[in-house]
Amino acid sequence: MQVSGDPAVVAAAERLVLPGVGAAAPAMTALRGRGLDRALAASTAPLIGICLGMQLLFGHSDEGDIDCLGLLTGNVIAIDWAERVPHMGWNDVVGDGPPAVCYFAHSYAVDCDDRLVVARTAIDGRQVPTVVRLGRLSGVQFHPEKSASDGRRVLERWLAA
Amino acid sequence: MLRKRVIPCLDVRGGRLVKGINFESLRDCGDPVDAATRYAADGADEIVWLNIAAGEESWTALLRAVERAAETVDVPLCVGGGVSGTAQGRELLLAGADKISVNTAPLDRPALIAELADRFGSQCVVVAIDAARRNGGWQAHASGGRRPTGRDAVAWARQAAELGAGELLVTSIDSDGTHRGYDLELLRAICGSVRVPVIASGGAGRPADITAALETGASAALAASIFHDGTYPIHEVKREVAACGLPIRI
Repeated sequence: MQVSGDPAVVAAAERLVLPGVGAAAPAMTALRGRGLDRALAASTAPLIGICLGMQLLFGHSDEGDIDCLGLLTGNVIAIDWAERVPHMGWNDVVGDGPPAVCYFAHSYAVDCDDRLVVARTAIDGRQVPTVVRLGRLSGVQFHPEKSASDGRRVLERWLAA
Repeated sequence: MLRKRVIPCLDVRGGRLVKGINFESLRDCGDPVDAATRYAADGADEIVWLNIAAGEESWTALLRAVERAAETVDVPLCVGGGVSGTAQGRELLLAGADKISVNTAPLDRPALIAELADRFGSQCVVVAIDAARRNGGWQAHASGGRRPTGRDAVAWARQAAELGAGELLVTSIDSDGTHRGYDLELLRAICGSVRVPVIASGGAGRPADITAALETGASAALAASIFHDGTYPIHEVKREVAACGLPIRI
């Protein structure tokens, strides 16, 4: 595995991870500044977006009111209904895979068509998409790399797919 | 359902794990990466590292230790101590920290909270508040608790959240080290004043103290010595808290 900000490396990669931790507007500005938005769109490799990385796959984010990569149809909205924000900590991921409890740290959530949604998580009574998939593109709202054995299994399944 | 978190706190100095009482008579207790890995395997929901020494050398050693931790610790790592600008925050995040904790720097310059939140997102900005009782309320202290600031701790909590803090780590100076339980009134006052998650800290002596802290509305409870001494392994504490009906990851 290689960490890179070079569009040529992205173009040649067999698999891509678009990681999270950050805010949408500065992240998109950084991606565009290096031409990585075009490289990610042009790639045909399987790609997984993690946390902010998942959100950036969609059309628009309310965080900094910015247009994102637009590779998936949907938007990113503020979690304004929850008792406490950010949604921070371990929560259930319920969908087509085995039940998992994974670590979340986010103030925004994806709002998208049901057809993209593979698993959801309840945040104070409202279900939000927390695993999405379409063709080569996958996204997880939680941090599988910080979710102990449950998270490891999520990554293993992605690598095996 | 969102689980309540149980968090061990490790004091790190020059990249080494240290233990001591009131920062006095510190002794070297090994590699913080080993300790964090052990705690994660025992069920810690998150790990907090507090860098308790100033200086360039200690900072570099901290970054190296965070890099190693990111390789082996598979739960979130929050690192604090000595961050006074976005440049240091970026260094910690690049090294592999998931969250940055700030304490004294924003008391001197509150705008730092907004700068960190705008750059990295609120979810990775933890504001640590050391509070001591005074005149029926609580006063925020800076510099590891040694310097009273004159600020009301609850008002400071509210201001920190408004500026973009994603989480507050609230330590009672009065309870810290006593093993007699958290300052539940302080926790209730702050949990009732902000909408961000609150981590309770200071005073844990037994699992029931952690349960009581989590029942105030706190999202997480942090403890140090009860875990370090081995009196209560983390999985045992979590089982006891879960038995009281609180949502816990077992």
